[in-house]
Amino acid sequence: MKSAVIVFPASNCDRDAKVALEQMTGKTPAMVWHQDSELPDVDLVVLPGGFSYGDYLRCGAMASQSAVMRSVKAHADKGGMVLGVCNGFQVLTESHMLPGALMRNAALKFVCKPVGLEVQETQSGFTRKYESGQRVTFPVAHGEGSYFADEETLDRLEGENRVAFRYAKGENPNGAARDIAGILSEKRNVLGLMPHPERVVDDVLGGTDGRGLFQSLIEALS
Amino acid sequence: MKARVFITLKNGVLDPQGKAIGHALNGLGFGSVGEVRQGKVIDLELSGSDQAKAKDELKAMCEKLLANTVVEKYEIELKP
Repeated sequence: MKSAVIVFPASNCDRDAKVALEQMTGKTPAMVWHQDSELPDVDLVVLPGGFSYGDYLRCGAMASQSAVMRSVKAHADKGGMVLGVCNGFQVLTESHMLPGALMRNAALKFVCKPVGLEVQETQSGFTRKYESGQRVTFPVAHGEGSYFADEETLDRLEGENRVAFRYAKGENPNGAARDIAGILSEKRNVLGLMPHPERVVDDVLGGTDGRGLFQSLIEALS
Repeated sequence: MKARVFITLKNGVLDPQGKAIGHALNGLGFGSVGEVRQGKVIDLELSGSDQAKAKDELKAMCEKLLANTVVEKYEIELKP
């Protein structure tokens, strides 16, 4: 499985993603600068967490207009897989590659802590190695992660089994609609989620619940 | 030509910042304050003098970048 990590100015989880991909796939991902308009030939593109362009205007808004995002969209349109974590999820909604928006946390506080999640949907290349309903713990670290979409869109996401991860009961850290933590695109080749699976692939770093996501990708893309 | 764009959250979209501002104002003794909604103002300078064209362009700017129309609405004000 060949992968690339996009690096925006003020991305700060790009190296976490790189280390996790190296550890899980045995291959070093290509690190692609936001001004590069061409992507290398890869199976997976990761949009990492951080504060791209200083979160100016809105989180992910400036990044969605960057040169590299045109290639990322083209990669997804061809069926290529794209994983957006935290700020990467915000970039995906701002790019209209995923529906809805990520709003300021309901309690107005930046939350940085491990959060219990339920894997809602295992029929995807990102989640097939998990059990349906499996409880996992991923860390979150965001100030604007409250998922919002109109009722019709939320119903459609649920109806099409596109809610991949939900915050476990009582664990919603940001007021997200219907406890949504991560969603899939219509073609199920794009996943955006606020929690950080790449930070839990090694016991030394606090857990291994995120390994399933990378194992799913390896299986789906081999 | 100068333009001012107002960007606010759509009705029904939760505005925790507005709520916090309202609470703070109540705390300062401004008991008359009810619901507060906040937003942003963007001032732009544009070349050219065709107002209709400018308005069309500003609308496109709002749709493409300045506002996230999933959650925000915008108003455009042109100043001669």
